[in-house]
Amino acid sequence: MSTCSVSKGCFVFKPSTKKRRLSDKTAHDFRCTSNDSEDTELRFVTCQSLWNQIKSETEQIQENLNKQLLDNLVSFLSRSHSDFQEKTTDWTCRMKFREIPTAALVLGVNVTDHDLTFRGLSDVLQDNITPYVALLEAKDCPGIKNLMQKLMGQLMKCDIDVDSLEDEDCVQVSQNRIRCSMPSLISWYDSVTKKTNSETPSKKRNSSSRHWQSPPVVVIFKDMESFTTKVLQDFIVISSQHIHELPLVLIFGIATSPMIIHRLLPHSVSSLLCIELFQSLSCKEHLSTIIDKLLLTSQFPFKLGEKVLQVLINIFLYHDFSVQNFIKGFQLCIVEHFYSQPLSVLCCHLADIKKRVYSLSHDQCESIRRLPSFRRYVEKQESGKQIELLTNNSFLKEETEKLLGDLHVYHENYVRILRCLHVFTSSLPKYPLGKQIRELHCACLENRVWETEEYESSLQLARMLNKTDLVTMLQQCVEILMSSSGKEFDRAVEKLKEFLTQFQNLEAEASQERDVSVSPQKELQKKTDLYHLQKTLLELKESRRSKKLTKFEMLRFEVVDYIDSLVRRYLAPADERALHEIVYFNGAAVLRGHLNAAPRTALHTALNSPHWYLKNQALRCDGGGISNKAPDICIVYKLHLECGRLINLVDWLEAFSTVVMAAEEPNADAASSDQVDDVIHARFIRAVSELELLGFIKPSKQKTDHVARLTWGGC
Amino acid sequence: MPNVEHPAYPAADLLHLEGLVPCRESQVSMLLSLFGERQQFSFPSIFIYGHTSSGKTYVMKTLLTTLQLPHVFVNCVEYFTSRLLLEEILTQLQSCPSGTEQTSPVRCDTLNDFVRLFKQALASQELQDQTLYIVLDRAEQLREMEPNILPAFLRLQELTDRNVTVILLSEIVWELFRPNIGCFEPFTMYFPDYSIGHLQKILSQNHPPEYSADFYAAYINILLGVFYMVCRDLKELRHLAALNFAKYCEPVVRGEANERDTRKLWKNIEPHLKKAMQTVYLREISSSQWERLQHDGGEPGQLKGLSAHTHVELPYYSKFLLIAAYLASYNPVRTDKRFFLKHHGKIRKTNFMKKHEKTSNHLLGPKPFPLDRLLAILYSIVDNRVAPTANIFSQITSLVTLQLLSMVGQNDQLDGPRYKCTVSLDFIRAIARTVNFDIIKYLYDFL
Repeated sequence: MSTCSVSKGCFVFKPSTKKRRLSDKTAHDFRCTSNDSEDTELRFVTCQSLWNQIKSETEQIQENLNKQLLDNLVSFLSRSHSDFQEKTTDWTCRMKFREIPTAALVLGVNVTDHDLTFRGLSDVLQDNITPYVALLEAKDCPGIKNLMQKLMGQLMKCDIDVDSLEDEDCVQVSQNRIRCSMPSLISWYDSVTKKTNSETPSKKRNSSSRHWQSPPVVVIFKDMESFTTKVLQDFIVISSQHIHELPLVLIFGIATSPMIIHRLLPHSVSSLLCIELFQSLSCKEHLSTIIDKLLLTSQFPFKLGEKVLQVLINIFLYHDFSVQNFIKGFQLCIVEHFYSQPLSVLCCHLADIKKRVYSLSHDQCESIRRLPSFRRYVEKQESGKQIELLTNNSFLKEETEKLLGDLHVYHENYVRILRCLHVFTSSLPKYPLGKQIRELHCACLENRVWETEEYESSLQLARMLNKTDLVTMLQQCVEILMSSSGKEFDRAVEKLKEFLTQFQNLEAEASQERDVSVSPQKELQKKTDLYHLQKTLLELKESRRSKKLTKFEMLRFEVVDYIDSLVRRYLAPADERALHEIVYFNGAAVLRGHLNAAPRTALHTALNSPHWYLKNQALRCDGGGISNKAPDICIVYKLHLECGRLINLVDWLEAFSTVVMAAEEPNADAASSDQVDDVIHARFIRAVSELELLGFIKPSKQKTDHVARLTWGGC
Repeated sequence: MPNVEHPAYPAADLLHLEGLVPCRESQVSMLLSLFGERQQFSFPSIFIYGHTSSGKTYVMKTLLTTLQLPHVFVNCVEYFTSRLLLEEILTQLQSCPSGTEQTSPVRCDTLNDFVRLFKQALASQELQDQTLYIVLDRAEQLREMEPNILPAFLRLQELTDRNVTVILLSEIVWELFRPNIGCFEPFTMYFPDYSIGHLQKILSQNHPPEYSADFYAAYINILLGVFYMVCRDLKELRHLAALNFAKYCEPVVRGEANERDTRKLWKNIEPHLKKAMQTVYLREISSSQWERLQHDGGEPGQLKGLSAHTHVELPYYSKFLLIAAYLASYNPVRTDKRFFLKHHGKIRKTNFMKKHEKTSNHLLGPKPFPLDRLLAILYSIVDNRVAPTANIFSQITSLVTLQLLSMVGQNDQLDGPRYKCTVSLDFIRAIARTVNFDIIKYLYDFL
C-alpha cells in the first residue's frame, strides 16, 4: 500500500470494506447542516448526477486529446517488431545489431496527470497490440531483482486474466517458485504464444484479429527520472541479449526533457536502444480545452465565480500544471456549493426548474428573499410588485422561475459574445485583454469589462486592424453566432453579414482610390532640395490630418462600435443578475483553504495565538505578552521566538518557570523561586520535545546545553 | 600452414576454427596449450580481460563449441544474485552434453550446496574424463555478490576435486578484483584491441551476397576512415556498415557508376557518413528513423534529435524556486546580503573576495544549501508576496524527483534538508528569460 504523505512514518490502513455504504454516509453528511431532510437528499442527488456528467465529459475530452499520441505510439509498436514476425534472413537484417525498440514519451512536468495517460495507453495497447503490458514505477524497483520480480508478476498475472479459468491449476504458480530471470520469462512467453497458436481455429481467428502470432512484450517505465542508473542499465543489457527470443519494447515516461536518457545511460547502453521520440500535448493547451468544454458552455447549470476560477487557475499556473488537480478542485467547488448553499436545489437543468421551484417550502422562499441579489432586484421593482414578491409565495415562485430562465439565457448569450470578443482580442498586439479566452472570461466576470482601461486600449487597437484580418474575424464571429440555436442573434448575424458585403463592395472602389493616393508621393519624388522637401512633407501631414476618413475607415469604426454595443449588452458580469448565488459558486476563501493550505502559517497561528483554534477568549492576550493560561507548548514557542539561532536551555527554562509561576503563586517565598519546581521542569521538557517533534528546534552539538532553532524570523 | 596447432584436436577442426576467429590466432593457440588434451587437468582458473568488443566472449564461445568441449556459459549481469548464478550453472550442466530438455529445477542457496550438487551432476553426466569449462562473462559483477563467491570460483577445481576450469571474462584488470584477504591467483591473459587493419579484415569478411568482396572492402575502408577516430567498437561499426551500405550502393544501382568507380562512390557516401556520425551514432535519432530517411531521400535536418528538445515547461513558482536554488548553489553565502538587501552599500569585488573565492564557482560545481536559504532567496526574488503554502514545499520535492535539484544527505529530511541545484547555466538562463529575470546580474561569478 502507498500513501501520498511526504513524511516517513507508520501509517494505518483500514480495510476498505465500507465502500458500499459510503454514498449513504455522504448523503447523511449533507443532511447534518440543515433540518430539511427531503431537500438535502435531492441536493445530494443533483450534485452526484452533475458530477457524474462532468466526469464522463472530462474523460471523453482527455481521451480525444490523447488520441493522436496514442495512435502514433500504436503504429510505432506495430512497426517495431515486424521483422520479428517475418523472420527475415536478409543480409542487412543479419548484419544489423538488434536494438530494443524504445519510445521516449515526453509528458511534461505535471506528474500527477501521467497516471491517466498511462492507464489509457495500456488499455489501448491491450486492445490493439498485445496483452503483455507491464507498468513499472521507480519506487518499486530499487534493484534489478525487484524490477524483474515486478515485471514477471505483472506479465504472468495478466496471462491468467486472458486465459479462462479452465487451466488455472497449471498456470497458478506462486511467484516465489518461479525464478526471476530472463530465461524463465522467455520460456513462459514461448509457452503462452504456442498455446494461443494451437488453439481451436474459431478461437484463434478471434485472437489474431486483435493480436498477432507473437505479440511484443511492452514494458513501460512510468517515471524515467527516478530510476537509478544501475537498474536501468542492467535491465537494458540483459534484455538486449535476449531480444531475439523475446520481442521486447520499452516505453520511457519522461517528465523533463529527452536529454535525461543520455544523462542516465552511457553510450554503451544507449547504443542498444532504438529510441523514437513522442510528445504529448502541453498541459496548458489541455487546460484550455477543459475550460472551454466545462466552463464556457451552457451544458452544465453549475458555474464558477470569478475569484474561485482565479484560485483554480492560479494553482494550476503557479504550482503544479496538473489538469487532474484542476478537475479535482472543480469537483470540490461543486460539492462545496451544494453543501453550503441550501438553494442549490435550484441549480439544475432548465427542464427540471419548474417542478423544483413549485415544490419549494416557505422557509426556502424566505431564504430566496434574503439573497442580496434578489433584494436588489426587488428594490428596482414598482411598489405593488415589491409587496407581492415579499409576501406572496406563489408569485415569488413564478418570478423565480422566470429569473432562473433569464439567467440561463443570459449565460448562453454570454458565451457566444465572449467567443466573438475573444476572436478580436486574441489577435491584437500585446494582448491587452489576454491571449487566452480564460483571461477574458475572468475579466468579464470580475466587473463591467467595458469600463476597464484594457478594454479601451484594445478597442483602440481594433480600430487599426487591416482589412483582411477584419474580414476573417467577422467571418469567424458569424460562424460562432450562427451555431447558437436560439433566435437571439439573428439580427446580429444579419448585421455582421451586411458589414461583410460592404467590405466586398469596397474592394471595387479601392482601385480608384489608389490612383488618387499615389499622386502626392510622385510629387515628393520630384523635389530634391531640403527646403522644398520639408515644406511638402508638412503639407502632406496637414492634409492627412484634415482629410476625411476613407470609406474603409468609416466602416471599420462602425464594426468596432457594433461589437462594443454587443459587449455592453451581453457581457455584463454575473453578479449583477438576480439570483446568481444559486448558480455561481463564490467561496474562494474556502477553496483556497482546502487546496492551497499553508501548514506553517497555521502552525504559527496555533502556537502563537491559541485562542484562535481553541475558541477560548481567556487565552487571548494583547500586546505581545504571554498568558500563563496557554498550553505549555505555546509558552515555550513564544519564548523561543525571542531567541537567536542557538537557545540556551537553562535560560529558557528560567523564563518558562517565571511565566508559569507568575499567576499561580504571586506571593511565593524567595527561597523556593530559586529552585525550579520538578513538575514545572517536567512540563518544560515535555513542551520542548513537542517543539522538536514539530521541527522547530533540534539538538545541537556546537554548544553544550543549547538547541538550534530551525526557523528564522520571530516576534 | 595453420597458425593454430595442437596434437590433441583434428587439424580440420582447427582450420575451421581459425577461419572463424580472425586476428585472434595467437590467443587461441595460447588457450589451447593451456587447456591441453580433453582429459588433462587444466589450470584451475583463467582470467581474460580486454577492452569492449575485443572478442573475448566470441572467441571463447567459438572455441568451446567448435572443439565440442563440455562447457557452461553464464553472463553474470543476467544472473544478478549468487543463487541465480549457481542454479543457472547447475541447470546448464544437467542439459550439457546431450542438450536435452531441462529437468527439474534445482535449488541451490549456498556454495556448499553448489559443490555437492556439482559433484552429483558431474557423476550423472559421466564427464569425469573430460575437463569441464565454466565461463563467467562480465565477471566484474561477481565482486558485488557475497564475498566468498569469487575466491571459491577461483579454486573450484580444488574444492570439488573434479576436472574443472573456471574462465572469467572481464573488461577491467585483475588488480581491481583481488580481495583484501587474498585468494588463489588465476592465470591472467590480455586480449588487445583490434587494430584498424584487423577491423578492416574482420568487417570485410561477411560481405552481402549480391556484391563482390572487393567492393565491400572498399566500402569498409571509407567507413573506417570516417568512424575509426570516434568508435572502435566492432559491433557498433558493423551496425553502422549495414545501415549505410544501401546508400553506398545507390549510384551503382542507378547505373551512374560501376563498382570500381571508387572516387565517385566516395564522394557520394562521405558526407552521408559524417551526418550519420552526428546523428545515428550518438543515438540522436534512431536507426529505424535513419533508414526511413534514407529510403525517402529526405534530409536529416527535418528530424530533430533528442538533444534538440531541451526546453522544459515549469509552473511559475517552480521556475523561481529553481532560479533561487541556482543562486544559492553558485553564490557564496556572504554575498546574499549584497544581492538581496536593498541598502547593501557598494562592495568592491576585489576587496570583498577571499583568496579561495577567486576561482569561478561555476568551475567548482554546485554547493549544497539549506532549505531556509532557498526560501529566503525565493521570497526576495519574486515580486509579489509568496505564502509558504504546502504547494511550495511539494514543488521543491517534485523538483527533486525531476532531478533538477538533488538532495544532499538523505537522513536529515525533517530538520534541515540540504539541496543542490543540478541544472546547467544555459538551462537556467532559458528559464530565467521566460520570467523576465536577469539571472546574470545576480550571479557572483559574473559580477
